[in-house]
Amino acid sequence: MNFEKVLFGFFVLLALTLNFGFVMGDIDNPEHHHVYELFAALVVSLIATVLKFGDRSHIGAVLLATSLVADLHLVAAALVWGVANHITYTGGEPGTVSSVVSLAGGALLANLASVVLLIIETAALRR
Amino acid sequence: MDNVIFLFLRRMRAPLIVLIAAYSVSIGGLVLIPGVDDQGQPWRFDFFHAFYFVSFMGSTIGFGEIPYAFTDAQRLWVSLCIFLTVLAWLYAIGRIFTLTQEPTFLRALREARFIVAVRAIRTPFYIVCGYGETGSLLVRAMARRNFQCVVIDQRQENLDALALENLGMDVPAFCGDAAHTHTLIEAGLRKSLCQAVIAVTDHDESNVKIAITAKLLHPHIKVISRAATSETVENLESFGTDHIINAYRSFGEHLAMTMRTPSVHLLHAWLISLPGKELHPPVTPPRGKWVICGYGRFGKAVQQALEQEGNQTTIIEQVPERAPPGAVIGAGTSAAPLLQAGVRDAVGILVGIDSDTNTLSAIITARELNPSLYLVARQSRRANTALFEAANIDLIMEPSRIIVWRTLPLITTPMLSRFLRLLRAGDEAHAHTILEQVRALCHGVTPQTWSVLISADTTPAVCSAIESGERVTLGDLLRDRLERDRALPVMALMHTSGQDNVLMPPLDRPLAIDDCVLFCGRDGSRRDMEWVLFNTKALEYVLTGIDIPDGAVWRWLRRRRTAAAGAKP
Repeated sequence: MNFEKVLFGFFVLLALTLNFGFVMGDIDNPEHHHVYELFAALVVSLIATVLKFGDRSHIGAVLLATSLVADLHLVAAALVWGVANHITYTGGEPGTVSSVVSLAGGALLANLASVVLLIIETAALRR
Repeated sequence: MDNVIFLFLRRMRAPLIVLIAAYSVSIGGLVLIPGVDDQGQPWRFDFFHAFYFVSFMGSTIGFGEIPYAFTDAQRLWVSLCIFLTVLAWLYAIGRIFTLTQEPTFLRALREARFIVAVRAIRTPFYIVCGYGETGSLLVRAMARRNFQCVVIDQRQENLDALALENLGMDVPAFCGDAAHTHTLIEAGLRKSLCQAVIAVTDHDESNVKIAITAKLLHPHIKVISRAATSETVENLESFGTDHIINAYRSFGEHLAMTMRTPSVHLLHAWLISLPGKELHPPVTPPRGKWVICGYGRFGKAVQQALEQEGNQTTIIEQVPERAPPGAVIGAGTSAAPLLQAGVRDAVGILVGIDSDTNTLSAIITARELNPSLYLVARQSRRANTALFEAANIDLIMEPSRIIVWRTLPLITTPMLSRFLRLLRAGDEAHAHTILEQVRALCHGVTPQTWSVLISADTTPAVCSAIESGERVTLGDLLRDRLERDRALPVMALMHTSGQDNVLMPPLDRPLAIDDCVLFCGRDGSRRDMEWVLFNTKALEYVLTGIDIPDGAVWRWLRRRRTAAAGAKP
């Protein structure tokens, strides 16, 4: 067992699960989407991205790309949340919540692709 | 460049994760800890303010407690966060600094820079492998003639010397083993602009490896290699290396030349040197009995050359196993072996022993024994030039200089080296006439030598004139474009059409497309000639003496006038 691989798999999977947890629920209901979860998803996604740095293989490059997409989505979601709550004061409105959640939903897809790639890579490994 | 980025990202993984973790822990803590606002109401940081606060706390410690004064619990947490974020930053920045000092990273960076520099070259270029004594001389000579080089050498200190050299152009250099295929490819071996690979490293093995790599990966390229032993020469010949240069053999050839055909040797020196320099004086070693000190590669080569010219030679060699039969065993630096070899009744002495100091010592001892001796010495380190000059030696042989001498015309004007080869095969009387003509032409300074290919790209005016059926002779190109009866201070040395090489062609020789002409002339006259080669009007004038009117109006007038003249009976 390689500790590095455990850590890598842990963060990649955690990024997906946290993201999923945030997106779960009615899309425009602020009660269903807690900002703590968005924060956790963003932080874990960033860490997963850094862990993917510097891998020269083809699959490594694609993994990095999916992570960057997820980061982009989550940062955009966090920005929308921040602007809505502190600049325009429209934080609780269904429109704002649904745009934050749909952005995070995009990140969810990217994280899903990332996990699928990880599983494919693991399955392709010869024992 | 890829390499550098990957290396950087890989090394920065840990510090970046530490930074992200420190920030997220600090932000998370601030959001969770309850605070009190200015009205005494319970209040909590939200993520936005927490992020803002931690961002400026992490980089600067001098801050206020915003938006409201902190509670004790918040202060406790913030004081922990200060240490956390500052340490994380120190770690990350320290890591970046270590990385920039790391040899692997620096090497990758240099390599990336080299590749970019080679990729940026837009002119034909030459790869020079080895930047030692020979390589540096060669690169300097090529840079002065405006030939772009790319340098590979194994030793960084050699390349540092290159960086300090004022060459007037940017010469990409890389510290690596030129015998490695991928180093050569990075130097641009496969690029179509690459003209030649010149292998002048100190090791024959590397030179052979470079030559074979170049021949295999870019078969049309010219490969010039230096070789120290005759086995290497044979090896290089076996796979078609275009030019092989053995310094000692070349020196032997030139030494024989100075005795048999001094004019050929002198023409060599004049035509190769930069234009506008003082003409080299003739070298005239006497014939008779010679003493050769040291029987290494140098000794063997000069002995062969001298005996071929009918001189007697006596060898002095210190190592008995190396000495040929009949040689005097001993060091040339002391008087006894020199006397035993008969230095008193010899006409000259050649010294080429292990170190420059011993060579000089032998030269001085020999001169004391017989002041009328002709002195020839081999100088192996360029740093000793001042010493050799002060010793007042008649002929100094420097292997690196000889290699450059032989290599340079191969690169700059391949036709010149063909001309010189033909001269070497020819006789003295012919060479002497050429020599005198060059001397008369150039007023005591070295001439400019260049070749002209008659083609649509290089000589558009001449080419279109020939294509339209006009007869253009060699003499026409030598006329002044302003006064056609005056000749330019230029002479044609050789005219090549197909396989046919004519030395000193007569002026009425007609030119055809794809012919090559080698010219030599006073410095700057090449530019005068180019007028005639490129400009139709100038060519028309030197051909016919008619100054064609230029401009639409004048052409129209001329057409009218010729039409009128034709209409009249």
